[in-house]
Amino acid sequence: MGDLDFGAVFRAWPFLWKGLQYTLQLTVIAAIGGVIFGTLLAMARLSSIKPLAMVATGYVNLMRSIPLLLVIFWFYFLVPVIIQKVTGAERPPSFGADKSAFITFIMFEAAYFCEIMRAGIQSIAKGQVNAGYALGFTYWQSMSNVVLPQAFRNMLPILLTQTIVLFQDASLVSLLNVTDFVGAASKIAQRDSRLVEFYLAVAIVYFILCFALSFAVKRLQKKIAIIR
Amino acid sequence: MFKISKLSILIASAITASALVGAAGAQELTGTLKKIKETGSITVSHREASIPFSYLDDNQKPIGYSVDICNKVVDAVKAELKMPNLSVKFQPVTSSNRIPLLQNGTIDLECGSTTNSVERQKQVAFGNTYFVINVTAAVKKSSGVNALADLNGKTVSTTSGTTSVALFKKYKRTETADIKSIYGKDHAESFLLLADDRVAAFVMDDVLLAGQIANSRSPADYKILPESLNTEPYGPMLRKDDPQFKKIVDSTLAGLMKSGEMEKIYTKWFTSPIPPKNVNLNFPMSPALKAAFTNPNDKGAE
Amino acid sequence: MFDLFFQSSSEGEPLWWQMLASGLGWTLATAAVAWVIAFTLGSFLGVVRTMKNQWLVNIGNAYVELFRNIPLLVQFFVWYFVLPGLFPAVKKMVNDMDPTTHQFVTACVCLGLFTAARISEQVRSGIGSISQGQRNAGYALGLTEAQTYRHVLLPMAYRIIIPPLTSETMNLIKNTATAYSIGLVELFFRTREMGETTFQYFHAFGAATVIYITIAMTANIIMGIIEKRVAVPGYISGAK
Repeated sequence: MGDLDFGAVFRAWPFLWKGLQYTLQLTVIAAIGGVIFGTLLAMARLSSIKPLAMVATGYVNLMRSIPLLLVIFWFYFLVPVIIQKVTGAERPPSFGADKSAFITFIMFEAAYFCEIMRAGIQSIAKGQVNAGYALGFTYWQSMSNVVLPQAFRNMLPILLTQTIVLFQDASLVSLLNVTDFVGAASKIAQRDSRLVEFYLAVAIVYFILCFALSFAVKRLQKKIAIIR
Repeated sequence: MFKISKLSILIASAITASALVGAAGAQELTGTLKKIKETGSITVSHREASIPFSYLDDNQKPIGYSVDICNKVVDAVKAELKMPNLSVKFQPVTSSNRIPLLQNGTIDLECGSTTNSVERQKQVAFGNTYFVINVTAAVKKSSGVNALADLNGKTVSTTSGTTSVALFKKYKRTETADIKSIYGKDHAESFLLLADDRVAAFVMDDVLLAGQIANSRSPADYKILPESLNTEPYGPMLRKDDPQFKKIVDSTLAGLMKSGEMEKIYTKWFTSPIPPKNVNLNFPMSPALKAAFTNPNDKGAE
Repeated sequence: MFDLFFQSSSEGEPLWWQMLASGLGWTLATAAVAWVIAFTLGSFLGVVRTMKNQWLVNIGNAYVELFRNIPLLVQFFVWYFVLPGLFPAVKKMVNDMDPTTHQFVTACVCLGLFTAARISEQVRSGIGSISQGQRNAGYALGLTEAQTYRHVLLPMAYRIIIPPLTSETMNLIKNTATAYSIGLVELFFRTREMGETTFQYFHAFGAATVIYITIAMTANIIMGIIEKRVAVPGYISGAK
């Protein structure tokens, strides 16, 4: 085992780069979609309409108590079947794992982003909302003009940290044979019988990227802390 | 798109045409053919590391013995539906997701290294057998293991989701052998366990073992045991109860077998150097496979 | 619809509900052992990172960065496939082990070390949130640094971090599913096996979902009880 052959990794770099691009794409889209959906969920959880709050709470608790892997498989295998049953179509709609992953991650991460945004919304003094109402704002106006911008800014470092976690969690889609970064590496690794080299390379690349990103988040956190 | 002799297209389309004229005529399309006609595309699945059946070349294009065969089927479908510009999509699958993906309509035709078994026929259908394998074990020459019986008290690896898992469990029960097994997610992982001396043997289809060995760092270190746990046919997998599509698949394969085209494809992948590293598997055609070519059939393994 | 759980994959094999139950057993055992590793090592690292010695702080920080910035799936692979191949001593050790034991040990170590990095962050910030005065009060009473941590800082810090520790514990339980990638026959492995063998994915995944939710709820309730029990009157309320 002393003779590790990293040349194979460099030769496969164009393919790995394609995989990394997919992973980044999935991370960015799932983070944006997750924050939007998560914010709506957070507003629902804090809503005075009881049934709405209960549904949102139930959803968040459900998503947070089952493993991401299980969620990925649920969406992948079963959602097309459910859609078919509901719409009464002759065939289940066919979308591949690479596409269903986007929906899965938005739905799953939204539960986590919801909790972050809920804390963010609650951190805004009630008086500010009332001030908004006093100015004649509707609920949506005071939310979008007063509360959410501040909540979002306060929570930005935590949202970004969660996004780094999401970036790492995205590697799980490789178990569905999607060509994400890990998936691309394991495919070529299998073909060339060079598993060890490829997985070590993946670990190093992921480490460098996540380390740099979390360092940047820490810097940002300091900046925001000063503003406050 | 692919290099195919004009003759083979002619043969294939002639066979399918003649097969369908009698039975189908102007009959309405059903099942997969209807889906292909409506969507204007066919999705063929492939594997990524099933050497030499279905794997990725250096440009990450699916190639291999089964892929060549499936392309012939696709040509026949194009001819049958008169859709020369039919879009052909390739979808990678694993041994664990290929059946659900076929059932839920993500893929239309599976061309990899899939065992046609009676058990699986309850879920899916298979076209004519295009390969016959023996389930056996690869060991290191230095290990002193020369027969399955020598594995008693040792640990072996196998790949989860394959028929070898159940076969080996059955072998252990009937022989009351004390053998431990661990599962790799894919053949490369199972083989890595053998290469690292973590297990004494890797139980799998003989031809896949030959592929892993040929690709390893030192192919001379390994050997394949002559015994067989079971003989199993490989065939193209398609959805159940889909007579029109099955007819095209079966007649295309039967045509290739009768014309001798199949043997040429066999030689290209099993007894010649293959990409990406130009290794030669040196895996001559077995008598069982010759018999399957003479009498095309879709009988599954028990 | 529950018939399936009372059937088996083939003759002589356990029934499906028994397979899932044994998977659940492995999941809980893995989570428990990994939690002990994570809590012990995480506490140690968390404490070390609040101490004066810059060297120890740096080592602690490096550990956290290393284990936090590599996906768990990749860490599993490295522990199971790479390390034994790189170090002959490790290989000898794992070859002497029963393969199932080896998978179990690998999963516990991998998850334990991964989670330790996260718990150490919580312990560190828990200690950091206690006012400097308490530390000084400890020293003023003549306690050594170790005694101050043991009797003054840690008892308070642990109480403060119970909520994040609860969600980290739940994360740990969920993360055991990733151990299926090294072939550990835990709950998720059995779920997939059942789905792949019987093709009844709804049954298999449905059962697994119910089981995971039950575990999560139980863990939540237990941690809630602990939180109430240990609450310091007038300091941190037992409720959230």
